[in-house]
Amino acid sequence: MNMNIYQDIQYFYPELVLGITILVVIIADLVTSMDKKLINPFLSIIGLIVSIYFSVQLLDIPDRMIFGNMLIIDTFSIFFRIFFAFSTILIILISLPTFKKSGEYYALLLATTLGMSLMSASVHIAMIILALEIVGVGCYILAGYRKFELRSSEAALKYMLYGAVSTGVMLYGFSFLYGITNQTDLYAIGEALRSSNVDSFVLMISVLFILAGIGYKIAMVPFHFWCPDVYEGAPTPITTFFSVGPKVAGIALLARFIYAGLSSQIGLDAESWASLNQLDLPILLGVLSAITMTIGNFSALAQSNLKRMLAYSSIAHAGYILMGFAIFTSQGLTAILFYAIVYMFMNFGAFAVVDAIAHKIKSEELDDYRGIARRAPYLCFAMVVFLLSLTGLPPTAGFIGKIMIFASLINGKLYWLAVIGALNSVVSLYYYFRVAKAMYLKDSRSEESTPIQFSPVHVVVITLLLIPTIVFGIFWSPLVSVTSFGLNFVLPL
Amino acid sequence: MFLTLITFLPLVGALIITLIPKEKILLIKQVALTTALIVFVLSIMMLFQFDTNQIGINNESTFQFVEHHKWIPVFNIEYFMGVDGLSFPMILLTTLISVIALIASWNIKKAHKGYFGLFLLLETGMIGSFCALDFFLFYVFWEVMLLPMYFLIGIWGGPRREYAAIKFFLYTLFGSVLMLLAMLALYFTNQPHTFNMLEMMANSGGYGRTFQLVVYVALFIGFAIKVPVFPFHTWLPDAHVEAPTAISVILAAVLLKFGTYGMLRINFPMLPYAANYYAYALAVLGLINIIYGAFTAMAQKDMKKLIAYSSISHMGYVLLGMAVFTEAGINGAVMQMFNHGTISAMLFIIAGVIYDRAHHREIEGFGGLAVQMPVYAGITSFAFFASLGLPGLAGFISEAMVFIGAFPVYKYITAFAVGGVIITAAYYLWTFQRMFLGKLNEKYTELPDINLREVISVTPLMILILFVGIYPMPVINLMKNSLNYLITVVHP
Repeated sequence: MNMNIYQDIQYFYPELVLGITILVVIIADLVTSMDKKLINPFLSIIGLIVSIYFSVQLLDIPDRMIFGNMLIIDTFSIFFRIFFAFSTILIILISLPTFKKSGEYYALLLATTLGMSLMSASVHIAMIILALEIVGVGCYILAGYRKFELRSSEAALKYMLYGAVSTGVMLYGFSFLYGITNQTDLYAIGEALRSSNVDSFVLMISVLFILAGIGYKIAMVPFHFWCPDVYEGAPTPITTFFSVGPKVAGIALLARFIYAGLSSQIGLDAESWASLNQLDLPILLGVLSAITMTIGNFSALAQSNLKRMLAYSSIAHAGYILMGFAIFTSQGLTAILFYAIVYMFMNFGAFAVVDAIAHKIKSEELDDYRGIARRAPYLCFAMVVFLLSLTGLPPTAGFIGKIMIFASLINGKLYWLAVIGALNSVVSLYYYFRVAKAMYLKDSRSEESTPIQFSPVHVVVITLLLIPTIVFGIFWSPLVSVTSFGLNFVLPL
Repeated sequence: MFLTLITFLPLVGALIITLIPKEKILLIKQVALTTALIVFVLSIMMLFQFDTNQIGINNESTFQFVEHHKWIPVFNIEYFMGVDGLSFPMILLTTLISVIALIASWNIKKAHKGYFGLFLLLETGMIGSFCALDFFLFYVFWEVMLLPMYFLIGIWGGPRREYAAIKFFLYTLFGSVLMLLAMLALYFTNQPHTFNMLEMMANSGGYGRTFQLVVYVALFIGFAIKVPVFPFHTWLPDAHVEAPTAISVILAAVLLKFGTYGMLRINFPMLPYAANYYAYALAVLGLINIIYGAFTAMAQKDMKKLIAYSSISHMGYVLLGMAVFTEAGINGAVMQMFNHGTISAMLFIIAGVIYDRAHHREIEGFGGLAVQMPVYAGITSFAFFASLGLPGLAGFISEAMVFIGAFPVYKYITAFAVGGVIITAAYYLWTFQRMFLGKLNEKYTELPDINLREVISVTPLMILILFVGIYPMPVINLMKNSLNYLITVVHP
């Protein structure tokens, strides 16, 4: 086994590169003068690109467990490694106007990305907790990054308290699981649960506890209370990061946990894989997703702060993604991966527009965005496209994402959930288009009518996000092949 | 290539408009009008090539101007367009009304670039929806219509425009998500999975009865909101009252037709069992629309609201004609869709003319206008008489056909529906009397008569209404082979 560990390092290059980049960025931050700080984001992006390169290299290697069944190398984890690295590159670009000069900010982002990569690859209980904590600690510090701002500090404290409690609860749940199966590796736990007759009550309790931990990460109702406060309090680029990265990492972990640990058979040859007989997991997840999106959407209706509204909207989107889990088919999982990609583009886009405008008008209150379309025509146009996509209207990528999810539900004959999901997107239209209404339909409060000059970085990033949001709405075949490729995460034991 | 051209030329026009500096207002208008005119001319060229003996409906080889390409092979989604006797008259109506509505939008006051760009985007959505024979493609075009409409009402509309715009958007989206689910259900029921409407029709024998009944209702609600069928109609008066004149014209003349067009194109041939099962209910809904719409129209004080409710009433005849599966009934129904398109367009332009001058539309606020604005009074009386079904004008032909077709099937419903014509006559004549006869209101002694641009915008409609009223055969010939065949498919 010890022999293997040295050999396994070659499969760990993507994370290793990230680790090295973190150190390089910290050192670079110390040795460079104030006017040369742009080197930090530049180095971070280089590191992430190299990490993606090594991830792509791993695709040629057959699936395997590494480091003594701690981590797994399969296309599922590689998909997410690339996803997280790519999303962090976008976040660095979005952050440039805000955090030009802080090296430690980029180091923290990279550390969190490293944690998210590990989350998608962990199969061992201890490794899961470790990865979760790397992401968690990174996020707590990021949330409180503006340490002299009251709201930012409050956000960090709230995030940490909730995080600590939920991780504790999750650990407790894992201890039950260990107690009934005597295993620490998810695949072995699954094997033990399938072969032996375990007490379904104890199993249910442990699964609920573990769901609490994961649910906190993805802001699933009823573990979502931290989300609006943290999103509102944290600086906008960091909120943008929170709304996709850690959330999708939680989704990846949930997928792995359900698939490896709780399914009644393993192997994706089967069109669908039912959950263990002792658990009614599809119904549980279906109900949770229905509640999550409904509460997210209805709470968003009343918000007047854009970031807070987008926070609730991201809760609703977590609900949409969870719908894909409720049917336990590979089609559902494809839809989840697809939605994750699409969600990254459109949600980053919406936040980036808010960030760009808030930079200039120093406000995130909806009322201050009145009539802003006349002063920022391009950004407001982009915002409308992102909002359309978030609502799920064609011809945008968000529409295709919704179609994929609904299609898997209808194919799996889960009609009630599909109807609830569809009606939810009607509700969401109302609050998304309150933004469009303020931007276009209302008259501006102030006399100001000169066009706002935006930082070119913002305009470029928003364009970069706008293009896939539209193109994948019209031609999305390539994205489907990517996601169905990412789905091959079965591992021969 | 005709269908791709007429569908996407407006989009190209819209893109060109985005490149024009916003100070060049006249150029923007000219580009928009030129685009719409080219599309109209192209559709007329299609008319000359259109073979009325080709039936279409559920057979690809008898569709015309077909374009069939792969789009997303993984899901069997295709770029599949074609026209037949059902869709072609609607396309002609759309291209004509678009030109007329653009002339009617000449006096738009603000943000011209946005207005004309969105208008052309809307035209792309409308024409595309009528051409699409792939359900997915149809749905995309269908939804593309929503956003321009939201902004066109919301930015250029009346005082309560924001409310009206979001209400329109929410209602329609509610209908379309149900349609989306129904579409996916149909997709997965077909083996191999397909969005091709014609294949969905061909496999209709394999759909279970419960499946048909449920899917029919989901699709029906989506379409009924557009028509609008009572009780889904409450968005319409708001949208009409707040929308600028030209958008009201488009809304009444074209958008409402999508509801009944969708039922005829999708519900009937795909779900024949359910279509027969719900036929009586559809006839009753038609009757409710006719009577309720007419009575509500009578109670209105705002002229635009009156026309809006009269639209609800007139769409009721379409529903009644569709529900009976007789040749006269269905031809009358589609004919009524066409005629309501021309007549309601004229009515809304007329309402716009008086609003531009008097800045209100209160029927009671006028009186004796016939002396002050004689030409306008003449044109209005023409439109009112066309709408109330005066023999010799278009509305009479289609309503008579609907009644002739419906009477043998549902005697009582038809008998009550005929009563709707009397109520219609009553509210139009009463409105005319209050606005144009009697003593002239002192405030309006300075009102100028209808101007040349406005006359130009209604003249083609008047010619068409008169022509169809006297000699309807060309229009009937255009559609009758397809529609008669459609009945045999649904109700053998």
